[in-house]
Amino acid sequence: MDHLDELESQSIYLLREAYHSFSNLCMPWSMGKDSNVLIWLSKKAFCGKIPYPLLHIDTTYEFPEMLEFREWALVHYDLDLIVKINEDARSGRGAYAHSIGYETHDPVTVTHELKTVALQQVMAERQFDALITGIRRDEDPTRAKERYFSPRSADFEWDYKDQPPEFWNQFTTIQEPGEHIRVQPILDWTEVDIWRYIEREKIPIPQMYFARPDQHGTHYRFRSLGCWPITKPVPSKASTISEIIAELLITKTSERAGRAQDHHERNAMQKLRAKGFM
Amino acid sequence: MPSLSLPQIMNPLLTQNSAQAAKLRIVIVGHVDHGKSTLIGRLFHDTNSLPEGKVEQIRKASEAEGMEFEFAFLLDALLEEQEQNITIDTTQLPFRTASREYVIIDAPGHKEFLKNMITGASSADAAILLIDAHEGIQEQSKRHAYLLSLLGIKQVVVAVNKMDLVDFREDVFSGIRAEYSTFLEKLGIEPRHFLPISAKLGKNITQASAQMAWFRGPSIVEALDQFDEPRTPEGLPLRFLVQDIYRFDERRILAGRVEAGKLSVGSELVFWPGGKRSRVRSIEEWGATTPPSEATVGESVAITLEEQIFVERGQIGSHPGVGPAEDRDIHASLFWLGADPLPLNQPFTLRLGTQSVEARLADVERVLDSSTLEPLEGQRVQLQKNEVADVRIRARRPVAFDRHDRISDTGRFVIVWGKRICGGGIIRDARDEETRGSAPADNLTWTTSPVTREDRAAHFGHRGAVLWLTGLSGSGKSTLATALEATLHRRGLATTILDGDNIRHGLSTGLGFSPEDRAENIRRVGETAMLMAEAGLIVICSLISPLRADRARVRARCEQSDLPFAEIYVSAPLDVCENRDPRGLYKLARSGDIPEFTGLSAPYESPISPELELKTDSMPLRESLDLLTQYATTFTHLTEAMEPKETGPGSGI
Repeated sequence: MDHLDELESQSIYLLREAYHSFSNLCMPWSMGKDSNVLIWLSKKAFCGKIPYPLLHIDTTYEFPEMLEFREWALVHYDLDLIVKINEDARSGRGAYAHSIGYETHDPVTVTHELKTVALQQVMAERQFDALITGIRRDEDPTRAKERYFSPRSADFEWDYKDQPPEFWNQFTTIQEPGEHIRVQPILDWTEVDIWRYIEREKIPIPQMYFARPDQHGTHYRFRSLGCWPITKPVPSKASTISEIIAELLITKTSERAGRAQDHHERNAMQKLRAKGFM
Repeated sequence: MPSLSLPQIMNPLLTQNSAQAAKLRIVIVGHVDHGKSTLIGRLFHDTNSLPEGKVEQIRKASEAEGMEFEFAFLLDALLEEQEQNITIDTTQLPFRTASREYVIIDAPGHKEFLKNMITGASSADAAILLIDAHEGIQEQSKRHAYLLSLLGIKQVVVAVNKMDLVDFREDVFSGIRAEYSTFLEKLGIEPRHFLPISAKLGKNITQASAQMAWFRGPSIVEALDQFDEPRTPEGLPLRFLVQDIYRFDERRILAGRVEAGKLSVGSELVFWPGGKRSRVRSIEEWGATTPPSEATVGESVAITLEEQIFVERGQIGSHPGVGPAEDRDIHASLFWLGADPLPLNQPFTLRLGTQSVEARLADVERVLDSSTLEPLEGQRVQLQKNEVADVRIRARRPVAFDRHDRISDTGRFVIVWGKRICGGGIIRDARDEETRGSAPADNLTWTTSPVTREDRAAHFGHRGAVLWLTGLSGSGKSTLATALEATLHRRGLATTILDGDNIRHGLSTGLGFSPEDRAENIRRVGETAMLMAEAGLIVICSLISPLRADRARVRARCEQSDLPFAEIYVSAPLDVCENRDPRGLYKLARSGDIPEFTGLSAPYESPISPELELKTDSMPLRESLDLLTQYATTFTHLTEAMEPKETGPGSGI
């Protein structure tokens, strides 16, 4: 087994442990590259049948190409898909006096309301006891400290100061009342691992990851995908996966550099994650 | 966009090659404040592994906090950590040197964060033990080394950090090396290198330091590159851990992982606990054009079986004859991380592989002081947080497992206490199938001792045997039995007595004198006698045992096992016995106080062809005893084949 085989095997092991351990499991899906790797791994883990629903938290600021990809994948993978929008926040109803959006609010607030709160709403509606996430340690220092099976309190808080031990492939699978568990099967993968695996397995991904010229002829590509108002492409001529990998091997820019909510203020990511952001 | 130079360490050719190999996982452990996070920050910086602008970002952050820039901040990115200046959880980050890729694990040194250290270190291939040159060896330096040895991490370097604080003095370094080596030796840890470094100043990180010209060894990066690649142990027997059974379509799929050995289509599998058998029909793989025909160690697979036997999550598949141990008792070295102590005999959940079973702590054999490795005094009724002990665990139902040093993945377990994992153990002893060497029958396995019957006979100088004394109450059985035992014992023979009345006080408590209960009582005495005879003893059974059928069953069982059995009829007419009435039982029976009394209200069937009959009414006790003694010694005498071999000079020629 090579390194990718080992990562794949461990991820499949984790997905199967999660499916065994929880009765009402759900897999959030952003249509991004990591998310699509998770679909692929789920197909492999369960021999073609994904035995849990997928969840797209739609912020209403999705790139049109991503939505096209969503509709394609829905049919192609035969997905059980839940699409959730925090309608109250967008239209200023219910608990919201004003509508929330990038036009009027800062990225940390919008990300929290349209992603984390939307997730909380759907969790309350559907009573999921565990979520399969596509986070990786190398994305961010706070994610580096994660567990494969990571409990979240009823109000979604992550007690990163007192995490349960996790070793020898034994995981926290029993919840306190109201808790849910974040299962993170690709925690150990790096950005390059993800790309090598996509290349090896020929996993379909949105075309926005590949370099395209703008109106001035400068080439850009998206390294990480989020809401369109706060996601910036990086200058790049990498138009194939192998070019992307070659670029990643020499770049010293961080993967999420183009994601504004991470950099809005110091420790923004930590604050978002402590409140339940993935 | 600034042009990117291509540093030597990021030569894409090297990186592409190393992508095929697994990344080496290195854990850095040591006492709090001995500089773990600083060393990691320094390693990232000096190997050019940091994202652009990261150092500047941290430098600004430090200034904002009014602090001097420190490399430790690169990792301790959480606000609280910067304020408290300690690492609070395990961090894992990838970096690479010229020769390969690494995942570096920062494990905290604070005592209360031991669970994080174990979380981090449990997945490591190698370790750096960090010691502050100024402070020297501390409690956690020792405790962490002890835990590394329990976790089975063999590749270790010791880095003596903060050499700048002791003016780079060789004698300080040598002193720490001498003291720590002695301690590590007791744990069976032999460090590859002891290295003097200064993480803060970047001395001896990637290259030799001028201030420590006296040191001839490698830099820390060179030492890391010398570690061996993690090797998958080969040649081990198959261990296939069943995770789940899926029936998403017409297929009945066993999902699981090969933790040791190799699994092939067509091969026979035995599932433990239980021992049910079937053959592998197929290995299923989504999207595969040609389904695989075998799966090797580490692979998560889905298989179907030829026969639809009952298999469930938790079972371990092996090949026939080389299966794991199956037992309710587990002898292990246990570390306890729970805030509450673990008491004796309280139920908890034991998880081993995918097995989950209720168990309890049955014995605390010894608790070691992790700093001195000396056993702690006193009887223990519980284990405290952060203690390590040798224990016996008793499970409610059989568990399949291996010895940890043989097959590690099936040789270790965790304890779930309440809702959280609170401890872990490695198994010190396991009688797996190869050790016990016998095939299972109907869900039961027969354990064979390596000590043979011949060995025992040679040891005692006679054969183990069952002498079954039967006769009426008052016929003289107990008198003869005790006299015989005394005589044989004086002659150096190993004996014991199983007395019918005594047995009813313990083994047969609750049994009455109905024919069914008598039969069961005799069966129990017979089985016990066989075990003792098997152990090499001459077992003198003294029971009325009135029914021929019951006695015949014991004889048959002994013959089945090739154990010498002799029926000895201690006879005396009923009236003689009733006259003797040594325990006043006949009187009670006559007055109706004892129902179903043999000879009066219940039958006695005398033996038809006993090996020996002793008529105690017509023969003096002395003579009966002599006859019996002579019979017993002849009966248990070693046959020629069993005589201890002469091993005098020339016997080997």
